[in-house]
Amino acid sequence: MAQISRRTLIKGAGALATAAMIGKPALAADKIKVGFIFLGPIGDYGWTWAHNKGREAIDAALGDKVETIYVENVAEDASAIPVIRDLAQQGCKLIFTTSYGYMDQTIQVAGEFPDVKFEHCTGFKRADNVSTYNSKFHEGRAVLGTIAGKMSKSGTLGYLGSYKVPEVVLGVNAFALAAQKQNPAATVKLVLIDSWFDPPKEAAATETLINLGCDIVTTHTDSPGPLQILEQKGLFGFGQGADMSQFAPTAHLTAIEDIWGPYYVARAQAIVDGKWASADTWDGFKEGTVMIAPYNPAVPADVVALADGVQAGYKDGTYNIFTGPIYAQDGTLKVKEGEVMADADLATIDWFVKGVESAS
Amino acid sequence: MSPEYIIAAIVTIVGLTTPILLAGLGELVVEKSGVLNLGVEGMMLVGAISGFGVTVLTFSPWLGVLGAAAGGAVASMLFAVLVLQLNSNQVATGLALTIFGTGLSSLLGLSFTGRIIVPFLSVFPDALAKNPIGRLIFGYSPIVYFALIMVPAVYWFLKSTRAGLILRAVGENDHSAHSIGYSVVMVRYAAIAFGGAMAGIGGAYFSMVITPMWAEKMTAGRGWIALALVVFAGWRTGRLLAGAYFFGFLMWLELFAKANGFGTTLPFLQVIPSQFWAAMPYVMTIVALTIISARGTAGSNAPACLGRPFLPST
Amino acid sequence: MRLKLEKRPEPSLLMLVAAPVASVLLTMIIGVVVFDLIGIKGAKAVMDIFLTPILSPVKWQDVAAKAAPLIIIALGLSVGNRAQVWNIGAEGQYVIGALAAAGVGIAAGASGGPDVLLLMIAAGMIGGAAWGGIPALLRTRFNVNEILSSLMLTYVALQVLGFMVGGPWKDPNGRNFPATAPLADNQTLPIIVPGTTIHLGVAVAVILPFVFWILMSRSVFGFQIRVVGSAPNAARHGGFDAGRTIWLAMLIGGGMAGLAGSLEFSGMLHKIDLGFPSGYGFTAIIVSFLGRLNPIGCLVAGIVMAVTYVGGQMAQTSVHIPNSTAGIFQAMMLFFILASDILVRYRVRLLPSAKTVGAGE
Repeated sequence: MAQISRRTLIKGAGALATAAMIGKPALAADKIKVGFIFLGPIGDYGWTWAHNKGREAIDAALGDKVETIYVENVAEDASAIPVIRDLAQQGCKLIFTTSYGYMDQTIQVAGEFPDVKFEHCTGFKRADNVSTYNSKFHEGRAVLGTIAGKMSKSGTLGYLGSYKVPEVVLGVNAFALAAQKQNPAATVKLVLIDSWFDPPKEAAATETLINLGCDIVTTHTDSPGPLQILEQKGLFGFGQGADMSQFAPTAHLTAIEDIWGPYYVARAQAIVDGKWASADTWDGFKEGTVMIAPYNPAVPADVVALADGVQAGYKDGTYNIFTGPIYAQDGTLKVKEGEVMADADLATIDWFVKGVESAS
Repeated sequence: MSPEYIIAAIVTIVGLTTPILLAGLGELVVEKSGVLNLGVEGMMLVGAISGFGVTVLTFSPWLGVLGAAAGGAVASMLFAVLVLQLNSNQVATGLALTIFGTGLSSLLGLSFTGRIIVPFLSVFPDALAKNPIGRLIFGYSPIVYFALIMVPAVYWFLKSTRAGLILRAVGENDHSAHSIGYSVVMVRYAAIAFGGAMAGIGGAYFSMVITPMWAEKMTAGRGWIALALVVFAGWRTGRLLAGAYFFGFLMWLELFAKANGFGTTLPFLQVIPSQFWAAMPYVMTIVALTIISARGTAGSNAPACLGRPFLPST
Repeated sequence: MRLKLEKRPEPSLLMLVAAPVASVLLTMIIGVVVFDLIGIKGAKAVMDIFLTPILSPVKWQDVAAKAAPLIIIALGLSVGNRAQVWNIGAEGQYVIGALAAAGVGIAAGASGGPDVLLLMIAAGMIGGAAWGGIPALLRTRFNVNEILSSLMLTYVALQVLGFMVGGPWKDPNGRNFPATAPLADNQTLPIIVPGTTIHLGVAVAVILPFVFWILMSRSVFGFQIRVVGSAPNAARHGGFDAGRTIWLAMLIGGGMAGLAGSLEFSGMLHKIDLGFPSGYGFTAIIVSFLGRLNPIGCLVAGIVMAVTYVGGQMAQTSVHIPNSTAGIFQAMMLFFILASDILVRYRVRLLPSAKTVGAGE
């Protein structure tokens, strides 16, 4: 026992040393510093993990000109202000604040450092030196919905979400609408667990959805826990934010991957070139910010073709899941036949489509 | 609701309950010895990473559980040395242990992030768990049976064994126990180690059974629930079991209410926000304890020396 | 040879100061050695964690901002802890206090200024006190243990927050994100040191400990709290009403937490969203005990805790220690300070051998 523990300790210490090295390339005076504020630990295998991959992409692409630093586990309260400010004081020329809850804090610090550029993820407040960027995760949800609608035997799908925020509402609606295109009778049972990360609760919620007849459950919370439950039950699900197939080799049909690298590299490059300008970016499949992980062999060829068709449609602009007619939960017509919901409406959506069963 | 459905729901409730039951049982024994250890959450996290890490390295979940118990116990010893040897404040030391356990588990977990193990599920032959009734009886991880066996074991230990009697005496009146010749400090060391081991196994239930993986802070506050359970139970073993399952049931009810789309299928429930269901387990726990207390049957069994340092007068 | 502890008749004033200082120094030395061993510049890391936050002309503001709510909450909790009324739900009282202040701000509409701000802060205190009053009511009326009820009510408070900011008080211009509308400038606390981020709430956190100190040492109430805490039985015989003590302890604890919440809301964040609750209520419990339940002690302990938080986050970027290591380091310092506590109350004597003492025991 003692030996095992010791080995664990040594490995842990080794990893610590490595982690220390990774973020610490030789401090060349002429390198431009780029800072990151992370919500969770970089090892969360979800949201922050994906953003950290994006940071590593900068290191890989521009490592000779740019140095990146980051802070993990930054709370979304007033204490984020000093952390963001600290990065600016350390000489960062570009700072990415990678969660919605840093919005006002970013704006405030940006006011104090007009020469530093800021990039805030998923928010909507901009300034001359503050850009916003987001990803059209719901485009990926439409692919998942297509697969789920086609593959589900019961026609009852499960959706495990965090909070009722536009991103989740969009995801639910895109998933439900896409599923209904394959199976008009498909319904989506929705559970919002009022947390982004709570593996035991996510697992129990997944079990509850399965017990109510859902044979495919998609997750919009951050842990791979639900997939592991589906694996145990021999059912199917999808990864969230990253390819999670290693957690559930059989159950993992595919995943929506958040690919921040290209955007991060482009923005860092813009700083290097002195061409950075404030912008609002909402990219999707077309720009490569949303990607679909490799399909599980369990996905039949015809379903793969359908799913690829959705992706291709998004890339060439011929497909949009939010094309009318779209009915709300209570049956009222929200989007008329042939109309397409504008991005501005999508960004503030707070109603669910018909066929979504939710507690509120 | 079909019988199958009810059985499936019970299986979910067992999963929600087992970790808090294990940690709660451990803390009950600690508190019975007169020590308040608020570091349960930290010990659970250390147990979760220890159990997971040992399983990854040895491919043996049994060794993993032992590792989790050892990890939790070792973490608890930090607390024990401080409060027993140096008479530090128990509340603050326990809270510091939680900070320590959170940091240590994250550090140890760096090299295990993204890895998986085979979940430590039922060891009975599959045939036994084929039908619903079989699953109800044989369908769980060995840790579940361990937790259920530990309930009468702890009860019997505290009530009927000499060691249990000494432990309770130490918690009720440390000075008398000391004057009869018992080593108050040694008894409390043992109790704290047991509490640490149980919290560790409870933590391992998350990382080895429910979601066989490691993620930072994956216990998501269950250690605090375990602490509250001991109070809820009035420091009685039987009521701890009931309380743990009551709470597990309420956590399930929240998810059940939401998943059933109460608002969609039963329109009059539309007005009830999702937060109501999320708050319900906590409100109902208070209500239940209020009813028990108001009827005067709470009979708080709280050890008289709980939380006080032992200072032998020499 | 063996060590023997001898109780001091009076806590040692020298040790009261020297022991924590020595603990921090010891933590720093260990830090230098350990960090060097694992390949991090130890001296620089320790400097950044402990000294830069206080010495830097800008960082001390961050320390002050972080320490203020910790100090205010810890002051209130210390009253309860002294009377052995265990309020571990300050986090919930903090949240409800902020929500109450937000409610007044919203009700006041476009009007602002000192009157509205005072009302908001008063509402915060009342809100926090009311949330803390629930466990007091349950305890005095139904004998419900306040540890359980105050903790459970914290989780309920978080859901109340989720409901309010996602429902009735959702910012109409907030694109349906769950958050209140940002406060207008006339509803935010003034900055008291020009050119810094030090708002009025920080001043409150500096002044209040002295107010509490006078109250606790000079007033009948302070005496009562101390008596109830040190000898509950004697207190009962002495005619002190235990129920009243519970009520006061919970109301003060809740009121202070609510005050901290409303100051944080109106002074720092200016809006409430799902990220608002950040564990100050729990950390303040440690601060209260680190400060030995003494108001001035709470002031010092709150600053020390804030330094390690701010320093730990700085060290992540300056010397690249992971967040988890910063946590372990912080815990180590707490352990040392708690352990050194014994030197305040006891004299450690080196005795020649066990035998000579054995006879006496």
